[in-house]
Formats: sequence, C-alpha cells, structure tokens
Amino acid sequence: MSAVASTPQVPRLETTGRVTFPRVLLSEWTKFRSVRSTAWSLGVGILLTIGFPLLFAAVTSSHWGQMSPQDRASRSPLDIALAGVNVAQLAIAVLGVLVVSAEYSTGSIRATFSAVPKRLPVLWAKLLDYAAISLALMVPAVLISFFATQAILSRHDILQVSVTAPGIARCVLMGAVYVMLVGLFAMALGAIVRNTAGGIALFAGIFFVLPPLMFTLPQTWNNAISQYLPSNAGRQIFSLDHGSHTLTPLAGGLVFAAYCVTAIAVAAFLLRRRDV
Amino acid sequence: MIEVTNLTKDYGDKRAVDGLTFTVQPGIVTGFLGPNGSGKSTTMRLILGLDAPNKGDATVNGKHYRDHPAPLHEVGALLEARSVHTGRSAYNHLLALAQTHGIAKRRVAEMIDLVGLHDVARKRAGQFSLGMGQRLGIAAALIGDPKTVLLDEPVNGLDPEGIHWVRNLLKGLAAEGRTVFVSSHLMSEMALTADHLIVIGRGKLIADTSVDEFVARASEKVVLVRSPDLTRLQEELAGPGVSFESAERGAVEVHGLTAEQVGDAAASAGVVLHELTPQHASLEEAFMNLTRDELEFGAQGAPVEEVVA
Repeated sequence: MSAVASTPQVPRLETTGRVTFPRVLLSEWTKFRSVRSTAWSLGVGILLTIGFPLLFAAVTSSHWGQMSPQDRASRSPLDIALAGVNVAQLAIAVLGVLVVSAEYSTGSIRATFSAVPKRLPVLWAKLLDYAAISLALMVPAVLISFFATQAILSRHDILQVSVTAPGIARCVLMGAVYVMLVGLFAMALGAIVRNTAGGIALFAGIFFVLPPLMFTLPQTWNNAISQYLPSNAGRQIFSLDHGSHTLTPLAGGLVFAAYCVTAIAVAAFLLRRRDV
Repeated sequence: MIEVTNLTKDYGDKRAVDGLTFTVQPGIVTGFLGPNGSGKSTTMRLILGLDAPNKGDATVNGKHYRDHPAPLHEVGALLEARSVHTGRSAYNHLLALAQTHGIAKRRVAEMIDLVGLHDVARKRAGQFSLGMGQRLGIAAALIGDPKTVLLDEPVNGLDPEGIHWVRNLLKGLAAEGRTVFVSSHLMSEMALTADHLIVIGRGKLIADTSVDEFVARASEKVVLVRSPDLTRLQEELAGPGVSFESAERGAVEVHGLTAEQVGDAAASAGVVLHELTPQHASLEEAFMNLTRDELEFGAQGAPVEEVVA
C-alpha cells in the first residue's frame, strides 16, 4: 500500500463566478428552506391566521341568538377575519429573530461571511427572502380567513360585509403586510442582539409589554404616547376606522415603517462593524 | 500567498495578537504552530476579515479578503470553531455556500464524495461526530477550488486514517502550487506535514523558519555530560544562560553550552569526562523550549508539561 495511491485528488473547477446579489438571494433561500424551524414557524403562523378567525366566527355564529345587543354591536366582521393576525405575528417574529440569531448560535455565520465577506448583501437577502415568503403565505391566509369567516357567519346571515366595500380589501391585505413588516422588524432585532432568547425577549417587550405598561402613565400621557408605539401604529394599517387617540392608517403605517427602517439601519451598521 | 503585517488585535485588555508579521508562500505547506491560546485562531479570523484588527494588515493574494469579488475561489477556510447550522444537512450547507458564487450542484456532490460523507450528506449536521464535522469543514474549504487554503487544526477529532488522508491532501494541494496554511498545537503533526513553520506564542512571532532549521536551532546547546566529578564540573561551567538538569546517575544535561565549550572547560579544569553527547531534542521538546517563556500562564521556570496539562 503506497501513500501515493491514497492521495486525495481535489477536482478542479472549470468555471469561476463572482458573488452577486441574486446568488446571495438564492443561497439565503436555500438556507431558509433547509431548516425545520422555518416550516414549523410558518405553519403555525398560517394555522393561527386562519384557525383563530374560524373559531371566532363559529362561536359568534352559534351564540348570536343569546348575545346581548351590546355584545352584538362589539363584533365586527373585519375583527373576526383578522383575529389571527395578532397571534400569528408572534410566530412570524420568532422565526424572523431565529433566521439571524441561529447563524450566530451555531457559528454558521462564519461560513456565511467567509463566502460573502461584504456582509450587507446577506442581510438584504435575508430580509427580501423573508418578506417574499411571508407575503406569499400570509396574503392567501388572510383572504381564506376573510371569505371562510364570512361563509360561516352567512349561515345566520349576520355580520356580512362585501370585500368591495370601502376599506375592506385594504384592511384584509394590510393584515398580511403588517405580519410581514413585524417579521422584518424582528429580524433586525435578531441581527442587533445576535441571540435567540434576547431577540425574542426584546420583541415581546416592545410588542406585548410596552403597550400595557403605558396604562400606568397619566391618561393624557398615555393618549399622547401610545399611538406612536410600533404595535399600535402598525395595526392601524389593517384597521377600518381610527379614534381620537390612534393614528390614521396611512400615518400609522408610515410610523411603523419608520421603526422597521431604523431597526434595519442599526442592524446593518452593526453588522459591518462587529467581529463575528 | 498570505501577507500579514504588524497585525495586532485586542479583546478588551487582552492582546490576542501582538504585532505579527509574516508571509505564507505558495507551493509549500506552512505550519502555524503555537500553544493553545497563543492567537492562531484569532490570526486566521483576522486574515478572513471576520474580526477587524486594531492595527496592522492582512492580505490574501494581494488584496484584503473582503475586497475579493469571488472570495471562495481565492481562499478556502476551515475554522476551529464549528461553522455549520446544526439543523441543516451537509448537502444544503455546501449548496448554500456554492450558490453564493454560482458554483454548480455537481461540485457539491463531488466535494461530498471527496471527503467521504456520501452516506450522511442528507443528515442534519448536528448529528455529526467531530470527525465528520471536520470532513464537512474541509469540503466547504475546497468547494471553490481556492488558490489559498487556510485550515485551523484540521486533524482535530479525526481517526488515524483521516489524519493520514489530511496530510496527503495538504501535500497534494501544495504540490499543485496552492498556498497551504495549516495551524496546529502539535509539533509532531507539523513535522510530518509542513515544509515551513511560523511559530507564535502569546500572539507574538517566535520563529519563521523551515522545519529543519527550527529543529536544529532549538536543539543545539543541550549536552549530556557524564563525569565522576559532576559537582566540580558544574561549578566550572556555571554562568549566565547556563542551566543543569539532572539526567541518570552520574550524568547531567547542560543547557546553554555547546559540546565544544563543555569539553574545553572540563579540560582546562582537569575534570575527567566519561561522556560528552550533544542532544537532539525531539520536535515536541524543541517546540516547548521555544514557547516555554511565551506560554500564556507559564509561571517563571515552571515545567511546561504542568502548565499545559
């Protein structure tokens, strides 16, 4: 047995290409689809987006006869159709954090940045891939949710609304856009904190702890401040009407988009500067 | 070719790499040797641009790593720490790397076959043994057919067959004209693989030399002396830079003097010698002698073995 015989021969590569953004986009897509957490989180997100409203509609429909007039007045078809958005956003946010933070916890970020040492294309690709897939799944999900809940409610001919009525189509579609933006915001948090638990905690703090905390403030302060919180501003884009202490859909959407842009800008700045 | 100039990196108060300057030439295997914690992995991360230096510069094939439009064709790297998502299969890990450069899927399969991971390529990498992880890392390093290969402790966790395979692989890559830079904390491993050595300790350059020179330099000036009158001989030889280590009965190892110097001193003092033998330190001893003073936590004069244990 000779050592020469066992010398491994590395096959040569005939063609060489450079790193381009479409290639990084494809690479990030491969990474995204090839871990289990993606299917799980998106599956849970869709299930909640559709399942929660179905349950809501079924219960409303079956109890309509016994409900008081006030109760009946408090139910709106749009609230029922989009009831899943508020819970689905958590699943989407967790995945958003995870897509970045898991790269750091497993160390795969070193392989990623060795292949794409300019780094920023990786962040843009992750954001774009995630935005595309969450929109592609959430738009059908909210549409299914809207038409299915309407069908359930139509059996007793209650709470019927046309999708062509003013604002309805906008609200339904913006429900999906909101979830997508929440996912991007969470991804930016994940890139800033670089830690799964920390990223999810930060997201939960901003979206689920901060709003109720505002009620400890004097009423006038709360009224003035709360509408500008990311969660409250963001949800206006899928709300039909706004009150005296909530922003208009357009203003709320712009405020929430500004939060997302700021978080992504901070993430990008840190991504370029920090050691990995 | 890798060029490192006055490279310095601090982590807080701790200086991990301290003014390193060296060049790694193509066509040979260059060993990067140093005790654990001496800054080898940090240096490699700095070369790859994963960490930014506080001072100095590192370039690969004439450019900063970050400025290469196709880095995987320039440098293939295996880092010491795992760089694979535990939930992703070996195949998809390599595919994602290949896709950043538009490298065909066929190449991914070739690399998997090359490192012998064919049967487990679709398994989650988290289930891999240390050795399988190393093989995957080597496949990732070679996927772009790079001009320069940078491997941090590649034989860690490999079985003897795997170690043999890596040795031949490195030699083969160098013979093809590539730059091969491979770190280890084991001198004996480097002696079998490397042609040239860069030795560091506490982040500082200790030696930049061929393997042969390194051994010769580190092992000179150790002489075994046997004499019936050791006490007087030691009195005669004592001086700055000279130390004694008791060997077997009636003999002593003199450090810091050549055989000629010891013989001359014995003759002029009229001390009878029964043996006068220059010692060739083993590679491991040569390495330890060189790095003894540079060991991170080495107490003054404490035996190295105790320090690294």
